[in-house]
Amino acid sequence: MLSLHTIHRVWIPVGFIICLLPMVWIVLQIFAVGGLGLGPNPIEEIQDWLGIWGLRLIMMTLTVTPFRWLIRQHWPVRFRRMLGRFAFTYCLAHFLTYVVLDQSFDWSAIIEDITERPYLTIGFAALVLMVPLAITSSHSWRRKLGRRWQILHRLIYVAGIAGCWHFYWQVKKDVTEPLIYIAILTVLLGARVVHQLYARTPTASKERG
Amino acid sequence: MLIKRSTAIKPSEITSEANFLNRRSFLHTASLAGSGLLLGSGCTQADTPADPPFEGRLMGENTTGLELNSLSDIMSYNNFYEFGLSKGDPAKYAGAFKPRPWTVEIAGEAEVTGTFDYGDIVGPHPIQERIYRFRCVEAWSMVIPWNGIPLRDLLRRFKPTSRARYVAFETVYRPSEMPGQRSRVLDFPYLEALTIEEAMHPLTLLVTGLYGIDLPNQNGAPLRLIVPWKYGFKSIKSIVRISFTATMPPTTWSLAGPSEYGFYANVNPEVDHPRWSQARERVIGSGLFSKKQPTLMFNGYAEQVAGLYQGLDLTRNF
Ligand code: HEM
Repeated sequence: MLSLHTIHRVWIPVGFIICLLPMVWIVLQIFAVGGLGLGPNPIEEIQDWLGIWGLRLIMMTLTVTPFRWLIRQHWPVRFRRMLGRFAFTYCLAHFLTYVVLDQSFDWSAIIEDITERPYLTIGFAALVLMVPLAITSSHSWRRKLGRRWQILHRLIYVAGIAGCWHFYWQVKKDVTEPLIYIAILTVLLGARVVHQLYARTPTASKERG
Repeated sequence: MLIKRSTAIKPSEITSEANFLNRRSFLHTASLAGSGLLLGSGCTQADTPADPPFEGRLMGENTTGLELNSLSDIMSYNNFYEFGLSKGDPAKYAGAFKPRPWTVEIAGEAEVTGTFDYGDIVGPHPIQERIYRFRCVEAWSMVIPWNGIPLRDLLRRFKPTSRARYVAFETVYRPSEMPGQRSRVLDFPYLEALTIEEAMHPLTLLVTGLYGIDLPNQNGAPLRLIVPWKYGFKSIKSIVRISFTATMPPTTWSLAGPSEYGFYANVNPEVDHPRWSQARERVIGSGLFSKKQPTLMFNGYAEQVAGLYQGLDLTRNF
């Protein structure tokens, strides 16, 4: 059992640094530190990297609860807020890369793109859904909203589905990679269904999320 | 790598000696007929630095006003699914591919058919340099100095009959050297085709090299097509078979996604791909903060090719 103290003093800061690494890596590449580089199409590289890490972090956030059930311990929950906030940060950075670098702030083109390309509509929906979650991620909001907080934060399920869908739809031909993500998401969401149906232990029903 | 490449571009290794001489004489005498898109003066650059840089060297002068992509852009950002799906895969995995010896089978509705050696195919023709825009269906573009021969000069040697309405092309099938062919993403071997008019158009090039060097493996060695007014996937690589047909031949991408990739695949900013816009394109090599540029009708070659499609509904025949 990890003590609350070491979790907050040691493991959360360590986790924070780990979550920051993909961002650091792409920045090093942008500035071509130590001979790194992004190749002939750097914008695509940056955008894809931030998008895939945004999605991975959504999945990691969704892993916390089933993992907790699996190991029958409470401590993984301590990491959930940080993972969720990083997920949002990467997704937002992915979107900003699109707005600033890919589209050069051409708002009419951006609006047309998002409204006419279903894969962008769904990606945008995913991002928009995450905004209230990011805003209400603090302790004070959690207290303020009470039971409604739990319900609101189930939006992450929808964001996860929409994010995977967006990934699936933007592929030109080979959908293997998005299918892997969809499979993992199915397991993560399926675990919740199974848990609801069969495994309602006292601790689980108290801490459902 | 670098050193290997610069030795690899020794002219004697590029083509047969005879063909190389051909190229030289082209350089000294050529005044290219045809459109202003072709290189004007064919003079050698006397002041080229002694060490042919990795960035490549033009045979003549760039009179197109287009800014060329670097050789390293051209050689490291490729869609060539035979070597893998990501843009870097061809550069990574094409090293084991053997572009020589090479033969091309000529078949179908023509008086002369058979299997011909690379030298027989290319040898009789002077190599030209053509600086063309290259537009991928994925909405990115480059400008590339190709070396090659007008396809029509080659095709005429085989005397296509009056029944020849299309020309079909096939890429080599060598899963042992092309790891991407072991996957099922596309139905290999890759097939492409043009109408006979498109194939006979003076802009249509059978490419043997670029930037004055032998065509790199990842760019479709040793022989590929370049049809500059069409999306890149029409410009089939590593060709082993050319056949003249009476009916429209099947093509790989239109089989894989008939609603997204048509037979014609002419560059057209007004007809979007079902999933993305074709109105603008990302210019590869233009840096982090450059804007996308507007895509031109027929990729900027409308004046030369629009006549081929008179009366054809380009929205339906995409
Ligand atoms: C929760 C929100 C989002 C997630 C999780 C997400 C995730 C992803 C992923 C995983 C990819 C594929 C990366 C790859 O090919 O490796 C991608 C591609 C892309 N996303 Fe998003 N995305 C999100 C929101 C958005 C939004 C709001 C936009 C813009 C309106 C957007 C625009 C794009 C574009 C244009 C691509 C294709 C980039 C390319 O051509 O390579 N995404 N996204």
